[in-house]
Amino acid sequence: MQNRIDQLFAAKQTGVLNIYCTAGYPELNDTLPVMTALQQYGADLIELGIPFSDPLADGPVIQDSGTQALKNGMSLHKLFEQLEGFRERIHVPVILMGYFNPVLVYGVEAFVKKCAEVGVDGVILPDLPKAEYEAEYKPVFEKYNVCLVFLVTPETSDERIRQLDSLSRGFLYAVSSSSTTGKDKDMSHQQAYFERLQQLKLKNPVLIGFGIKDKATFDTACRYTNGAIIGTAFIKALGEGKDIDSTVRTFIGAIKN
Amino acid sequence: MDIAIDTSKSRYQVDKNGYYGRFGGAYVPEMLFPNVDELQRKYMEVLSDPTFQQEFEALLRDYVGRPSPLYFAKRLSEKYKAKIFLKREDLNHTGAHKVNNTIGQILLAKRLGKKRIIAETGAGQHGVATATVCALMGMECVVYMGSIDIERQAPNVSRMKMLGATVVAATSGSQTLKDATNEAIRDWINNPVDTHYILGTAAGPHPYPDMVARLQSVISEEIRKQLLEKTGSELPDYVVACIGGGSNAAGAFFHYLDEEEVKLVAVEAGGKGVHSGHSAATTQLGKIGIIHAAKTLLMQTEDGQITEPYSISAGLDYPGIGPMHAHLYETGRAMFLDATDDEALAAAYELCKLEGIIPAMESAHALAKLKDLPFNPDDVVVVCLSGRGDKDLNTYIRHMNK
Repeated sequence: MQNRIDQLFAAKQTGVLNIYCTAGYPELNDTLPVMTALQQYGADLIELGIPFSDPLADGPVIQDSGTQALKNGMSLHKLFEQLEGFRERIHVPVILMGYFNPVLVYGVEAFVKKCAEVGVDGVILPDLPKAEYEAEYKPVFEKYNVCLVFLVTPETSDERIRQLDSLSRGFLYAVSSSSTTGKDKDMSHQQAYFERLQQLKLKNPVLIGFGIKDKATFDTACRYTNGAIIGTAFIKALGEGKDIDSTVRTFIGAIKN
Repeated sequence: MDIAIDTSKSRYQVDKNGYYGRFGGAYVPEMLFPNVDELQRKYMEVLSDPTFQQEFEALLRDYVGRPSPLYFAKRLSEKYKAKIFLKREDLNHTGAHKVNNTIGQILLAKRLGKKRIIAETGAGQHGVATATVCALMGMECVVYMGSIDIERQAPNVSRMKMLGATVVAATSGSQTLKDATNEAIRDWINNPVDTHYILGTAAGPHPYPDMVARLQSVISEEIRKQLLEKTGSELPDYVVACIGGGSNAAGAFFHYLDEEEVKLVAVEAGGKGVHSGHSAATTQLGKIGIIHAAKTLLMQTEDGQITEPYSISAGLDYPGIGPMHAHLYETGRAMFLDATDDEALAAAYELCKLEGIIPAMESAHALAKLKDLPFNPDDVVVVCLSGRGDKDLNTYIRHMNK
């Protein structure tokens, strides 16, 4: 059975734009308005961050947005409440990204089941190891037809990239450089890595994330893979922008045009 | 030296997958996988290498000043009606047990070809111990420390700087040990190739809990020898140690884990009282979760957000415990107690008065429970005096004048 992520990549092979936003940021009830605007102005996929108190892989901008969201009162329960019925308005695939502890505490099966019920298509859990996923959680994700997306980095060996690709569903998340989010590393040095990914002829579509911030970096990423993910730059824009609608319109406009 | 001892038959040691019972593992993002994988593959090979062991032993002996004495505390024994020995880790170079681990890890880092060292620190003891071995080996050193801890442990900050380390303030969250550890891990993510992270406690992803426990196991190895000389038996009735992440406790317990007749006592920081909302008593307040890439007992909200802990001692101000300790708690192998700030302060003053030793605020938590343990007069009790109290003088003076 295809889910929305598979449908997206079946229809669109290049230039897929995935935008990350933190649930409950800038204000608690902004989650749906931000997602609605993202869809309206052309995001192909939405990655919705579950805020966490101790996000190891995040740079300061995304970490601060999570801290703000927690202060606003965001929680996993609250998020699922907000997502209740969202599929009446939003049709693009939606992925939840979060650290494993809140999911573990919620209950992994309860979490995946809830994702399927509200219409979330996939999940990214950067600190859920491959071995634990295979041993304990893979059947749960398969049972509810929710994709789990794995990350690879320039330091990941070819053999391990293949293993992660075979476990990953939906797409493979290629971290552009070994860093936390939002680091201004020069993408031109990553060419060899991007070419390596191309040559591996992976089963999943590949999206590049970390360090994608504008049209130039987005276009570079798209030359090698199916598209890219923008997080920090968008969170920054949201934090500084006047209203959600015009912020999202301007931001996406600058990338797509 | 027994650091490479085969522990595969033990119920309480790490298994081949990096778990102690249901605790442990390596919940690291992919960005850290190569580093952690490299350590997992190589640490036992390095620790088993005779040239490593020779170098480690020589430095412990000639540089750290080991073996640290096992001191029979006569007046303390009279007071608590038991035979109380203090394992004097406070007499180590740099003033705490932390240096045992940093010596081992810097030798490991060199063998792995690393050029740069990062570390986290709470009380500053691990930071100082790391800065010290980096100076010794001519390696670049960056220490992350919560900005609140930078304030309350100022002498150790100066020591680190004098030793050539860069001290970076962690300004997120509770601005204490948890956040310093987050920042160190983030640094490691950003510097995946040339940097070794010298983690200071028996927590974090596998293999750190086992590696740190092995490097600290020199404590229990010495206790066994020294007790045999002093009492005719290697086995005490009690071993008592304070626990934040749990490195000194892991070291003091290590060679006793499978000697079930030895009672192991771990003392957590009760803060202002376990249920006051200002505490770090993890076994009482925590439930299973993931902190710093290990599955363990963790203080957290119902939503899985990590709770900000509190203790008067910066070294115990941690919302989790190492996975070995979580397993010792769950199996009942170790007894877990808590000491409040006030109890620890009183115990520190008492040790000064009775034995002329100013203990670290952390160690004072272990001493504070002597009054609550049901000793028989013949019981042999070893307390791990993990560090000395110079760094805590400001806190001691503040409370002395109250």
